[in-house]
Amino acid sequence: MTTTTQPASAFQKPIAFARDFCMYTVKGGKVFYSWMLFLSFFAIVGLVTTYIQMTTGLIVTGATDQIVWELFVASFIHCPSIASAAVLVVTPAYIYKRKDMKQLAVIGEAIAMVFVIIGLNFIFFHMGRPDRFWHAIPVLGIFNFPSSVLTYDIIVLNVYLVLNAVAVFYYLYKHYVGQPLNTKFYTPLIWFAVAWGPFIHIITAFILSSNAQIAVWHTALMPFSFLAMAAAAGPALVIVTLLVIRKFTKLEVADSAIDFFSQVIIWGVGVLILMFAVEFFTELYPATHHAAPLEYAINGHNGLNPYGPWFWSIMTIFVVQFILLCIKKVRKSYNFLLPLICVSVFLSVLIEKPAVLIFPAFSPTALGEYAVYHPTLIEIFNVLFVWATGFILLTLVLKGVVGVLTGEVRDSQVVEEGGAK
Amino acid sequence: MSEDKRKNDIAEGQDDGTTKESRRDFLKKLGVAAAATTVAPVATAKAASISEHLQTHFEMMSDSQKEKAIARLEERYTEQFGKQVTVAGTPAPEGVLFGYALNISKCIGCRRCVEACVRENNQSRGDHEYPNSAIQWIRVLEMVRGNDTFQVENLHKGSPSSSAIGDYGVQAGGHADKAVGISGHAEHYYEPELVPEENAFYFPVQCHQCEDPPCVRACPVRATYRDPNGIVVIDYNWCIGCRMCQLACPYWARRFNWGEPVLPNEDMNPKTHYLGNRPRMRGVMEKCTFCLQRVRDGRYPACLEACPVGARKFGNLLDPESEIRKVLATKKVFRFKEDFATEPKFFYYMD
Repeated sequence: MTTTTQPASAFQKPIAFARDFCMYTVKGGKVFYSWMLFLSFFAIVGLVTTYIQMTTGLIVTGATDQIVWELFVASFIHCPSIASAAVLVVTPAYIYKRKDMKQLAVIGEAIAMVFVIIGLNFIFFHMGRPDRFWHAIPVLGIFNFPSSVLTYDIIVLNVYLVLNAVAVFYYLYKHYVGQPLNTKFYTPLIWFAVAWGPFIHIITAFILSSNAQIAVWHTALMPFSFLAMAAAAGPALVIVTLLVIRKFTKLEVADSAIDFFSQVIIWGVGVLILMFAVEFFTELYPATHHAAPLEYAINGHNGLNPYGPWFWSIMTIFVVQFILLCIKKVRKSYNFLLPLICVSVFLSVLIEKPAVLIFPAFSPTALGEYAVYHPTLIEIFNVLFVWATGFILLTLVLKGVVGVLTGEVRDSQVVEEGGAK
Repeated sequence: MSEDKRKNDIAEGQDDGTTKESRRDFLKKLGVAAAATTVAPVATAKAASISEHLQTHFEMMSDSQKEKAIARLEERYTEQFGKQVTVAGTPAPEGVLFGYALNISKCIGCRRCVEACVRENNQSRGDHEYPNSAIQWIRVLEMVRGNDTFQVENLHKGSPSSSAIGDYGVQAGGHADKAVGISGHAEHYYEPELVPEENAFYFPVQCHQCEDPPCVRACPVRATYRDPNGIVVIDYNWCIGCRMCQLACPYWARRFNWGEPVLPNEDMNPKTHYLGNRPRMRGVMEKCTFCLQRVRDGRYPACLEACPVGARKFGNLLDPESEIRKVLATKKVFRFKEDFATEPKFFYYMD
């Protein structure tokens, strides 16, 4: 293609890209449509429950002045863990220059982008006055920076979202029109995104650990355990995604890439178990009042023991997952055991948040009360609403990404010329 | 002070038995058995205007903007509650740092301060459907005097139960069966026929108006801030309801409007202040402001005026001749949870 055939409008190609990308994402087979229908059910029911919450207030959730965080925050905290996927895919691809990862990097970035969006949606549900969100926008409102930890989280999440969105769509667009990437722009961008990644865990952990009042969160280990959880849960979703892509699309995913991620999960879960152990020792050996929330989580208080069973099952599951993943045969069972364990890692890190990390931490309260959290149906459906819409977005974006990577979504001129690549 | 004397104190504090009865009814209404309030007509909250939605932070407003914001609120509240409501914008007086001191050897746990506070500050009374939406800014802890949980039979119990060096229960590496039990057990849902209960003392907790308030630090939009008199206030129209302040507070002083506040028309106190007791809306935080609408006019907080035993003292910490300074200079004074280093201006003392 020569410069004389440049389109009349500079926007013509981007518009064509957007159209082709969107058209491709909504067309699919039976499995695709059933999956989308399944998610749509929760999205539609969720619209009703969202309306109820937005018009009645957070009183329709289980939150009280004793336990002030609901399932929304508990789920939000899980999202940065998954958003780490970008770092763990891009690093081997571009820093260690692994050939089998090169094409997958953009998939990791797309997962990261979607999960930051899911996280921000959860925050929207968590706010008592979502209509006043503009108060937290710098210039428009008042941004209490650098005093409030929440402002740091607003910065790191939004910057990470923009970095990944730009990286994903720049890469896809260039691929679509068949032009080589401008490495002077793209390489620094993704390196910066990799360096930025850990901040989203560290700052999110600071939102918890900055509260001296909540003893069990007030530990310097919090950011590190969040990073370990990210190393466990992020690759778990990446593996499942890659296995699904390999099964249902023409995109080739090498076994070596999958093996790399299962190694990362072993390290993530292993380090996490170690961190739990040292934290429990440090708290429980002196057994001061600082350990009271942890003791409540593990064994309850005066017979009130709503979280003990959760605690013990989740800890057991972590250990079992670790042992199983250490077995090579299990890691190589791409069609059965590995995806099963990956789903289990994803869910155990997700459920650990409300059941171990958050709800028991509020007891005893500042005035010594012990409380139990009772999620309501409306709240659960709103959580499912955010997950469902998030997974719909994830499916669509990933489908488009795969379409571009396999060449099914391509600029027509490039196709006529037999493909630039 | 003997128990009998304390009982007399309540008798002196009341005109007759009926006040006591009504007090208990009132507290019931506030708390668990909120069903009774459903008979009271509750105005449906009138929607705030667009200009109210778009207004800026109270401290960022010019004088004319403040006037307009206040006029808007007065109009809305007057219509909603069916009576003339005033919203003051009285500025903070100069050269004043407010402080509070509470005599725990005098407090009898009658919770009249709680009742007066709720009436004065237009807190949500809660309703039948959502009793949780009732709000009280003061919580009175009932604590057991001394340590009455000592159990002789547990004295030599513990694990490991026996060892080469003897069998005395408490050993390093083992766990005693808590023969001495715990002290400092606190309860703030007590409902006895008569207060003070035998063997109990009382410890009211409300916002401590910290000099280094962790709640103010945590707020992402500066909706809550320390005013020039040292009172931590909230612009209810600026709060985004993220509840970071509630997590940060070591005194459980902050309350969230989880639903639409329930404030029956006849119970509404029409004399309000923008940063103080004006009616709140759903989804925002609220807390004790030392009755900002009163103290900025040189009056005492409602809880102090309601206290039948004179356990509460309030004044200007910068004035060496004030009552509060005399208390701080001469009594046995301490602050609650000093290890959090928030420097409260709420003090406890004993005679």
